[in-house]
Amino acid sequence: MRLTCPNCGARDLREFTYQGAALNRPEGDWGESWDAYVHLRDNPAGPSQEYWYHGLGCAAFLRVERDTRTHDILLVALASGGAA
Amino acid sequence: MRLSSGGLIDRTQPIGFQFDGHDYAGFQGDTLASALLANGVRTVARSFKYHRPRGIFSAGSEEPNALVTLGTGAQTEPNVRATTQELFAGLQARAQNCWPSVDWDVMQVNDLLADFLGAGFYYKTFMWPKKAWEAVYEPLIRRAAGIGKLSGADDPDLNEKAFAHCDLLVIGAGPTGLMAALVAAEAGADVILCDEDATLGGRLNAEVEEIGGQSARDWAAATLARLSDMANVRIMTRTTVTGVYDQGTFGALERVCRHLPPGRGKRPVDCFWRIVAKQAVLAAGAIERPVAFRNNDRPGVMLAGAVRSYVNRYAVSPGRAVTVFGNNDNAHRTARDLLAAGVHVAALVDAREGAKTDLAVPFYPGAVVERVFGANGVEAVSIRTAKGRERLHSDCVAVSGGWNPSVHLTCHLNGRPVWDAGLAAFLPAPGAVPNLIPAGAAAGVFSTAGCLASGAEAAGKALLALGLNAANTTIPQAEDGTYDITPLWQVPGRGRAWLDLHNDVTVKDVRGAAVENFRSVEHMKRYTTQGMAPDQGKTSNMGALAVLADVTGREVPQTGTTTYRPPFVPVPIAALGAGGRGMGFAPRRLTTSHDVSLSMNAPMIEAGLWYRSSYFPRQGEATWRQSCDREVAMVRNAVGICDVSTLGKIDIQGADAARFLDFVYTNTFSTLKPGRVRYGLMLREDGFVMDDGTTARLGPQHYVMTTTTAAAGLVMMHLEFVAQVLKPDWDVRLISVTEQWAQVAVAGPKSRALLQDLLGQDLSNDVFPVMACGPVTLAGVEGRLFRISFSGELAYEIAMPARYGESLFRLLVARAEALGGGAYGLEALNILRLEKGLLTHAELDGRTTAQDLGLERMMAPGKDFIGKAAASRPGLVAEDRARLIALKPVGPVKQITAGAFLFEQDAEPVRTNAQGHVTSAGFSPTLGHTIGLAFLQNGADRVGERVHMVDHLRQITTLCEVCEPVFFDPEGGRTRG
Repeated sequence: MRLTCPNCGARDLREFTYQGAALNRPEGDWGESWDAYVHLRDNPAGPSQEYWYHGLGCAAFLRVERDTRTHDILLVALASGGAA
Repeated sequence: MRLSSGGLIDRTQPIGFQFDGHDYAGFQGDTLASALLANGVRTVARSFKYHRPRGIFSAGSEEPNALVTLGTGAQTEPNVRATTQELFAGLQARAQNCWPSVDWDVMQVNDLLADFLGAGFYYKTFMWPKKAWEAVYEPLIRRAAGIGKLSGADDPDLNEKAFAHCDLLVIGAGPTGLMAALVAAEAGADVILCDEDATLGGRLNAEVEEIGGQSARDWAAATLARLSDMANVRIMTRTTVTGVYDQGTFGALERVCRHLPPGRGKRPVDCFWRIVAKQAVLAAGAIERPVAFRNNDRPGVMLAGAVRSYVNRYAVSPGRAVTVFGNNDNAHRTARDLLAAGVHVAALVDAREGAKTDLAVPFYPGAVVERVFGANGVEAVSIRTAKGRERLHSDCVAVSGGWNPSVHLTCHLNGRPVWDAGLAAFLPAPGAVPNLIPAGAAAGVFSTAGCLASGAEAAGKALLALGLNAANTTIPQAEDGTYDITPLWQVPGRGRAWLDLHNDVTVKDVRGAAVENFRSVEHMKRYTTQGMAPDQGKTSNMGALAVLADVTGREVPQTGTTTYRPPFVPVPIAALGAGGRGMGFAPRRLTTSHDVSLSMNAPMIEAGLWYRSSYFPRQGEATWRQSCDREVAMVRNAVGICDVSTLGKIDIQGADAARFLDFVYTNTFSTLKPGRVRYGLMLREDGFVMDDGTTARLGPQHYVMTTTTAAAGLVMMHLEFVAQVLKPDWDVRLISVTEQWAQVAVAGPKSRALLQDLLGQDLSNDVFPVMACGPVTLAGVEGRLFRISFSGELAYEIAMPARYGESLFRLLVARAEALGGGAYGLEALNILRLEKGLLTHAELDGRTTAQDLGLERMMAPGKDFIGKAAASRPGLVAEDRARLIALKPVGPVKQITAGAFLFEQDAEPVRTNAQGHVTSAGFSPTLGHTIGLAFLQNGADRVGERVHMVDHLRQITTLCEVCEPVFFDPEGGRTRG
């Protein structure tokens, strides 16, 4: 598998590590939204929003949209929202 | 039998080799298989289950029978296909799965028991008693079955892995691949052309035909010459593309010097390639399939196309009287070529009614080969015609049931091939792999002219996608014959007819599977082991599937295929794991004091990838404990020096750096004054402790954080996550500086004297109190000094740029020795921190909360921090959680061991009664007894109570007293001294 890092270009899978589903961190005290954030994960058959870490590259966290059925990479962006 | 002329062999270069201890000779250009056939060797292996004699069946990587063991000693290589192994001088091969010899094998008795040994036999027979399976049946079966054996010795050969990138990858260098490569290369694309053969050209080297007015093989050679002259083309011979992966990544195995004698020098035997291609053309050709008939596994029964390969390419006739049996036009070529080579064709048997031939051979249209005779090889054949049976003398049957396009790679990303009734074969599903274009025989185009056109067309599509303009490459004239086929999978009749030659699966086994209701093709495969051998059923899956379809009353497309998975051919683990042995597997991280420590005879201990000094033995010390005890006393009474550079160091800067640390730590860092250090506790978002360490504030917007050695990488990634994902708007920048700074602990009552003298600087409490930090200069080099202690003593850590680390360590050790101290290692460091109840990852094991560690007051209220919400969960703050305490032995047994469980004194030591466990333990020379840190239910409230420590593994039971987790100097007066 290959990801096109906005900073570094197309790179091999082994430069990256999967960092789980891309979720929004809740605020405030423990509750259902926190439980969902820490523990509950969808297992979509289709587009999946996830984080990948370019640890053997530029150290950027990437937000990746990947189709779990085909492994098509639909989108790669810096998780910080900034431009490369 | 070698023919007197022809072939792509060099008759001026004879090559001597051995098979099963006998000496033979072949020629340059031979494979082991062609050389064995040339020498009249028919039986080359024994079958997997019935130990029946087996001969060479194919002329390529699809070979199910002729697997041999190559080489001797540590370089023994089992399961080498004789059909792809090039001959080299001194090659030594042995037959497999036979004893004492391939011609007379004791285990062939299995064949007499065949009626009892059908598919599923093991499952049904060896059921009872249950215990006997592992102890008796399985070892027995494993010994009787199986194929080649590994030497068991360390592999002395080198392997390599490599990456390549291209615009267009062309898989296969037959007519299709050559044409595709040529068209793409002339348009300026970067092309990689891979083929598993040593001599490229695919079937062109095995057939007699013309392309563009010259012989097909000459055209192939000329085209290759043109391609190899082009700078944008890379031709990879002996390279099999083994798998398709996402985003245009392909795996390929290059056999770098398996065609050379051992002692090949420093070259790798194999290289595993990862090729990234923007576009690819699959020109992998097709694999011929047999027809099953009685005793069709006898040596002498071969694929018709393979017979042509041997005759035309290697100038070898596999027989003296050959029967050609087929159900398609293509088989007739074999009879034609045999005749041209002067080999007697006993019969041409064509199962199709109304088939015709112009060849001057005994022709049997609408007939089948029903069985072959001969116990050790074909001696005669029985032909069944409409009129009856006829027995003919014949020593070879060239059989063709048609051709299966090599769709394998198109299925690696879940693509399912599509049935083509006209070709009676599966074709690649359209768009099965993005940017992979099947062409030629792989796409069901079987004539040479069709292949050339298909290759050019595929290249054109690829060029379009690449944004390149095709040049005006001309497609030469070539054979444009028809391929008419009437499906025939098996000849009905009595006796056993083989489908999977490698795994000994017969038509009867597949029928049996269906009868037992293993009707799904995947179930049938697992029940019969059809297609599960190293050849992955390349020649047999289609037949088995058709038989299953027939028995279950379905059509082939309804029955479906089993899943094609990578690799296309077996890939040695050594090639996949190339570079992953020894230090390639676990590189070493060395501190700057490593060499000095070794010169002081310090044994090293691994901490992750780091190597740290365990202890520094001195004259007269016989055990590590003696050294450790001395080093502890040295720190308590004088001064000790320890390299602590392995701790993670992260430089944190920015306008929001303070805010950032407040968010990642449970406690507050924004209130820390520049020039001061604070101990910090970090949680995971689930509320459990992640790591701890000290962070120094070097300036208003500048901190340097230390992490534990083990968690340095984890913490760095975590901080990056927080900075980039959770708080992208904050102005904070992080960089790991672990390798940039050598940091050395100077600990003990004489540490201040040592450093004041060394630095020429007042370090009294007024100037440099506990938890102070600041810049220092040593020998003109700027460094940093921290007053932090992991030993409970007056202590400092001094950091210098790593290039001065070695001299810093030498200097400090010399100074310390002059003061009655010296270097100490990890063992002493551990005892010193145990005496003070300080934490390591033995305690921060990912399951402990701040409260468990007695650090709940470090959870600052009034601010958000990572893990705050989750840490408030009832389960994490429950009073009865196991909490950190210390233990000392109070009974006759004095041992405390890490990992042991804790029980109430009168409780039975079983799991359900366990109340906690010991995390770390050691002998404290300061206290004169063993001490341990442990987690114990309600531990904080049980100080003074007695518990049993039980180590079930070492069978130790120790009566212990529960203590506060700080044994030594609980008031901390020494640290502040």
